[in-house]
Amino acid sequence: MRELLMGNEAIALGALKAGVRCVCGYPGTPSSEVLETAAKRNPGGVYIEWSVNEKAAVETAAGAAYAGARAMVTMKQVGLNASSDPIMCLNYIGVKGGLVILCADDPGPISSQTEQDTRAFGRYARIPVLDPSTPEEAFEMTGKAFELSEKYQTPVILRPTTRVCHSCAGIEVGALQKPVGGDGFTKDAKWVIFPRLSYQNKQKLFARETELGRYFSESGLNSVSGSGSKGIITGGVTAAYVKDALEMLGNPPVRLMTVGTPYPFPDDMAQNFLSGLDSALALEELDPVCEDALIAICGRKHLPTDILGKRTGDAITAGEYSVIAAACDIAAFLKLPFEIKPQEAAAVPPRPPVLCAGCPHRASFYAVKQAMKGKKTVFSGDIGCYTLGNAAPLDMVDTCLCMGAGLTIASGLSHVESGRTHFGFIGDSTFFHSGITGVVNALYNQADAVFVILDNHTTAMTGHQPHPGIGRTMMGEISEKISIDNTLRAIGVKSLRRVDPLRLSDAVKAVKDAADEKGVRVIIFESPCIALQKPSKSARVQTEGCIGCRKCISELGCPAISVSDGKALISAGLCTGCGLCAQVCPVKAISLCGKE
Amino acid sequence: MTINCLLCGVGGQGTVLASRVIAEAAMQKGEKARTAETIGMAQRGGCVVSHVRIGECFSPLVPPASADLIIAFEPGEAVRCLAYLKDGGAVIACTTPVVPVMASIGKADYDEKKYVRILQEKVGNLVLVSAKDVSSACGSAKALNVYLLGAAIGSGKLPLTEGDIEKVLEKRVKPEFINMNRLALKAGIKAATEA
Repeated sequence: MRELLMGNEAIALGALKAGVRCVCGYPGTPSSEVLETAAKRNPGGVYIEWSVNEKAAVETAAGAAYAGARAMVTMKQVGLNASSDPIMCLNYIGVKGGLVILCADDPGPISSQTEQDTRAFGRYARIPVLDPSTPEEAFEMTGKAFELSEKYQTPVILRPTTRVCHSCAGIEVGALQKPVGGDGFTKDAKWVIFPRLSYQNKQKLFARETELGRYFSESGLNSVSGSGSKGIITGGVTAAYVKDALEMLGNPPVRLMTVGTPYPFPDDMAQNFLSGLDSALALEELDPVCEDALIAICGRKHLPTDILGKRTGDAITAGEYSVIAAACDIAAFLKLPFEIKPQEAAAVPPRPPVLCAGCPHRASFYAVKQAMKGKKTVFSGDIGCYTLGNAAPLDMVDTCLCMGAGLTIASGLSHVESGRTHFGFIGDSTFFHSGITGVVNALYNQADAVFVILDNHTTAMTGHQPHPGIGRTMMGEISEKISIDNTLRAIGVKSLRRVDPLRLSDAVKAVKDAADEKGVRVIIFESPCIALQKPSKSARVQTEGCIGCRKCISELGCPAISVSDGKALISAGLCTGCGLCAQVCPVKAISLCGKE
Repeated sequence: MTINCLLCGVGGQGTVLASRVIAEAAMQKGEKARTAETIGMAQRGGCVVSHVRIGECFSPLVPPASADLIIAFEPGEAVRCLAYLKDGGAVIACTTPVVPVMASIGKADYDEKKYVRILQEKVGNLVLVSAKDVSSACGSAKALNVYLLGAAIGSGKLPLTEGDIEKVLEKRVKPEFINMNRLALKAGIKAATEA
């Protein structure tokens, strides 16, 4: 029976069907549902963990694969950066059991810092990459990735993009396989990376590139269809847009190559594709990977075909493709008439994402803002829901770079700019991911900064995954909670405050006191994410008392508050009764009452 | 032939469930279906759009000027997505506003009455509903998504019946909420057929 499955669910089931024994990962949009689905549909005997970060996830999965078990690691593209240390060595060492690195790219970007292309990373790391164009293909390719990994004893990257991960299609899953546990770890010098071994294995990596490229040309994972003197090469979800766009344009004569294995590139097949073509257009998200592969083949084989794409201004260089964007580029390439109605300017104001009504991060940011009013400050932010503290009216994120950088950027600023108070903000899950080393670094090197840990007891932005501070693992087991306080004290933090940010005056005082000290100071603002609990209270405006000053909405920007007939109005449906607005109201016209 | 349906609203309103229910109902009838959803950062009170395509197609995104039906959970979001509507397509929109924070703090203009007027001027096949209609029909405004699904069935633009949707709801909705959702579905169908 066909099931309606999201691409990420399809990948998880593809892995379970292939007998995966160990799944590790760190949450990150658009990849998070892969590991969650594996846990939900665990047929028994599959070990699944949310690791502390992507580096730990890769190393843990590699350990399992060394013993011959089938293993999978899940992450988003920026997570690949955090795990590139083990990955850039694991390619030399190889694996025994199949190891699939599921790394989701995010064209747009829709929920990410970067538009980096994991296909290019695969080429750089000399790790085979499979690039599915639909959830159905993602399902099939997952099984194929395990086979390839075992046959060639190399990790294999599966690289879906957001529109594959977060789109649904009907898929026939079939029976899941018993987990492949392997026959255990065998001691051998091949597991120990040393210069001599690396030298030998690098030669093998090169040889394998040629061998796999040949195999991929015949594998059925790539295809050439159609005829004509002009060609289009595409891959991933862009292939789906191109196929719809060609239909929209009335199926013009064109030779089409779709690439499911961008590395190693199927050179033989591509050479046949190019033979007799005047020109070829490469349409792909995100980097010119297929485009560059064709240019290399043309150079090597002295082919006269013009290769068009991102490097010639004939394809988009940023953002995601769509059927219309593909149709525009194809029409221009084939000199076909194609007009799209010019879109009228949107009459509606933009609606960027905001901190939820009742989010404790709002209270934390507001407390710091109030405490530091009129003082010289820099607020270095980090990755999580609290990045949304950048928006008006809070405007509390002056820098944001990558996971863990809030604390270290603040440290760096403090070493060269002494006339300001430097704040670094970080969430609890991000603290465990890559914040602890930043605190150690700051202490050791005597930075002068206030670190604010926003502890909401979850990994909220990506869908409320547990982390080491929660005391519950992805296997459903109870584990010892790792205390942020104890960790900080053990490292050597002397100035440490723990406050509930929803008690505004206490929170403001804690910030003022910390700001008056020198060295590394830490404030932990602790209040659970509102999405994890059912609210029992709701705030209400006494209309006769409200003076219409708008302070509640203009200072807090809470989505539950709006203005109606000049007075504040609180949506009972959205309000969680956090009480922050009641503490901010200058005339005490807001009160809390029980939820209806 | 592909039937294209676009659902739009504000993060937290339940667009994802609605799009999955349509796709699953179509699949149960032996049709092919694809969806694409907004999941992640934008879900925190930002604009969300779900695409549903029933029939033969390769890609999951509804192209502009191709939607047979737009189901809008909010009037401003309905206007924002109008470029997706094809000539002769239908719009079902909830007129109850969700005022963006930017507008509440005075940094942007938001006028739901204007948005409803634009819809009335530009869309021939239009069904307007409100959160009040939903709560008076089934006791809770939270069933807005299922009420809108009912209106979508009533509009005749989807190849689905009340029974098709009900079958999926029975699988996806907690037993204690099934009756409320059935009432919302029926009331939505009625609202569209009487419009």
